[in-house]
Amino acid sequence: MMRGKADIIAALQKEILSLQGYRAEGDSTAVNVGLEAITRSFPNAIFPTGAIHEFLTEAPEHTAATGGFMAGLLASLMQRGGACIWVSTSRRLFPPSLKTFGVEPDRFIFVDLQREKDVLWAMEESLKCGGLAAVIADLGEITFTQSRRVQLAVEHSGVTCFLLRTNPRKLNTIASIARWKITPLPSQLEEGMPGVGFPRWQVELLKVRNGYPGMWKVEWSAGGFVMLPERAVAATAAGQKRKAG
Amino acid sequence: MAKRYVTIWFRYLVTDWMIRHRPGLRKESFVFAAPVHGRMMIAAACKNAEANGITAGIPVADAKAIDPSLHVLDNRHGLEEKLLRTLAEWSIRYTPTAAVDLPDGLTLDASGCAHLWGGEEAYVKEIVSKLGAAGFDVRAAMADTIGTAWAVARYGEGAISIVQSGDQATALLPLHPAALRPDPAVLVRLQKLGFRRIAAFANMPRAALRRRFGEDLLTRLSQALGQAEEFIQPIFINPPYQERLNCLEPIRTAAGIEIAIRRLLDTLCKRLESEGKGLRSAVLKCFRVDGKTVEAAIGTNRASHNAAHLYKLFELKIPTIEPALGIELFVLEAPKVEETEQQQEKLWATGPGLEDAAVAELLDRLAGKAGVGAIRRFLPDEHYWPERSVTPAASLKDKPADGWRLDRPRPVLLLPHPEAIEVSAPIPDYPPMLFRYRGRLHEIRKADGPERIEREWWLDGGEHRDYYTVEDEQGQRYWLFRSGHYNEDQRHQWFIHGFFA
Repeated sequence: MMRGKADIIAALQKEILSLQGYRAEGDSTAVNVGLEAITRSFPNAIFPTGAIHEFLTEAPEHTAATGGFMAGLLASLMQRGGACIWVSTSRRLFPPSLKTFGVEPDRFIFVDLQREKDVLWAMEESLKCGGLAAVIADLGEITFTQSRRVQLAVEHSGVTCFLLRTNPRKLNTIASIARWKITPLPSQLEEGMPGVGFPRWQVELLKVRNGYPGMWKVEWSAGGFVMLPERAVAATAAGQKRKAG
Repeated sequence: MAKRYVTIWFRYLVTDWMIRHRPGLRKESFVFAAPVHGRMMIAAACKNAEANGITAGIPVADAKAIDPSLHVLDNRHGLEEKLLRTLAEWSIRYTPTAAVDLPDGLTLDASGCAHLWGGEEAYVKEIVSKLGAAGFDVRAAMADTIGTAWAVARYGEGAISIVQSGDQATALLPLHPAALRPDPAVLVRLQKLGFRRIAAFANMPRAALRRRFGEDLLTRLSQALGQAEEFIQPIFINPPYQERLNCLEPIRTAAGIEIAIRRLLDTLCKRLESEGKGLRSAVLKCFRVDGKTVEAAIGTNRASHNAAHLYKLFELKIPTIEPALGIELFVLEAPKVEETEQQQEKLWATGPGLEDAAVAELLDRLAGKAGVGAIRRFLPDEHYWPERSVTPAASLKDKPADGWRLDRPRPVLLLPHPEAIEVSAPIPDYPPMLFRYRGRLHEIRKADGPERIEREWWLDGGEHRDYYTVEDEQGQRYWLFRSGHYNEDQRHQWFIHGFFA
């Protein structure tokens, strides 16, 4: 009897997830971003596209790390062709560096605006356009209501939205599917080798809708993400393993 | 009805145009010259130069010997044709049929036009005086045939000549044979045989003339006399892409303006579509009751005749249109029109991209609100200097000429201006041990470099830069550089320029 109940609940949960726009397991249109351990914390173990991903940064060093991580994600999102729009008020991104992460920098369109209000408008307009792979908006503040508007646009067009929130005054809840925080980690080289190694980050999933938050170590090498053994972070990740709304 | 033609001869077409542009040349003696077989030959000479015996076709060196103060300007290829085309378009006001007569004339079909100016004399006088006022030294003639008008304009007497209907022979016969426009070789033969006037051979048997001078001269002669037809190739003027909408009642509301824009766009787009064209820019002019004009302009990234999309662009501009007491006339103009690209249906589904029409339309909307300068796409440029290594793309279709470089590390974030930092560096050409940036001390654990980037001395001056990639104790990666060579006395020569991922 108990077994039957659990099955029914699992089936119902799956149905709810599909109603909420998550892709079912084995969907051929799903994008493989190459982060198996991290995608497992999303529902159905599929990296959600056509949703809002929120990235928190505090310092320019973190913004740079987030930019690298995001470019890595975009590389797989843009595999089937497509262009990206990067909306911001104070852009410092250096386009040639994107090539390191496997993206063609000339497929990025940069929209540099004066006011944050315009950034919101431009982001929403861009997200309504189905011809794009992703829209990245560099935005400090966004209210829940504004994020709902963005969410509606995203649901309609299926374009992925990356919100880069630099130093937000208030860390409010917004209608995002995941809240990420990327911080740089010291790179490591073979014993006795000089120089700086491959970029290495600590990837934190602070919030995941219908999923499990966690913390991982990721390195970008040989043109792809490499998950590092998480001996050091496993303990904290296990402690934080709780379901977030 | 008898045909009447006017032929206008611009005696100094190119040089008169030059004087119009540079009035300082009016008193000077100048020529246009172009290289022919390695020699500079005069292509056109001005009136003052011609008075000294300098004419088109003689070498510049000889002309300089005649007049050492001669100015020599470069001849522009195709300039005459362009000028004549413009003048022909201007002369459409006198006749619906105007043609360019290279290299230095215009031919107007004036049949049934002259009476509007009060007679033929007044008609030709009007044209000549208008062109004269514009600075062109012209001679014009009117006759029943193009040949006679041409001959009289160039070889007749006076600036204005009218040959009465049917008088071609009397006007033509005393003129030089060159007036018949024969081949140069035929002309030389005529000269050699002593024919100094058309009258000397016009009445000869046609068979004899044909044997000696060819069919061409006979055709020219009969064309000039009106026995054979001569045709001109009139210029065609594309009607401007413009639509007007008169309003019975002055319009004062946004809804009214919306309807007006929709209607104008519908008719304009229909015409553009039928011609296979699309507009790149459009201007809406609203003429108000109080005599003022309000304008709203839009631009598109690719030629478009999609009325719905263009309406969306105008929709953003409607709040800027101030109707005041009301708008009584709307005029929509498309000053920039291009061929639209034919979209080929694809059998296989590819992903969306920059070629996507939806993206281009989105960028139009963004540009309409934020301005064209706000939207940029970058292509690699052939410079090592970081600030110059990218260049904005001119259009969505531009592709990088050569790929993006991967061999040198470049930071994800680049500061717009390098910021000075305090460092302690051990010995020359070693990366620093510590540096202080914005009050925080960073201890460097790992470093790469230096990568020396020289300043491009032909673009600007200054010191070269030695770039180091460094990583601090927290794993944060920076791009630092030392400006110039190591120097113990000099402080503040270290800068931070970027952040690596």
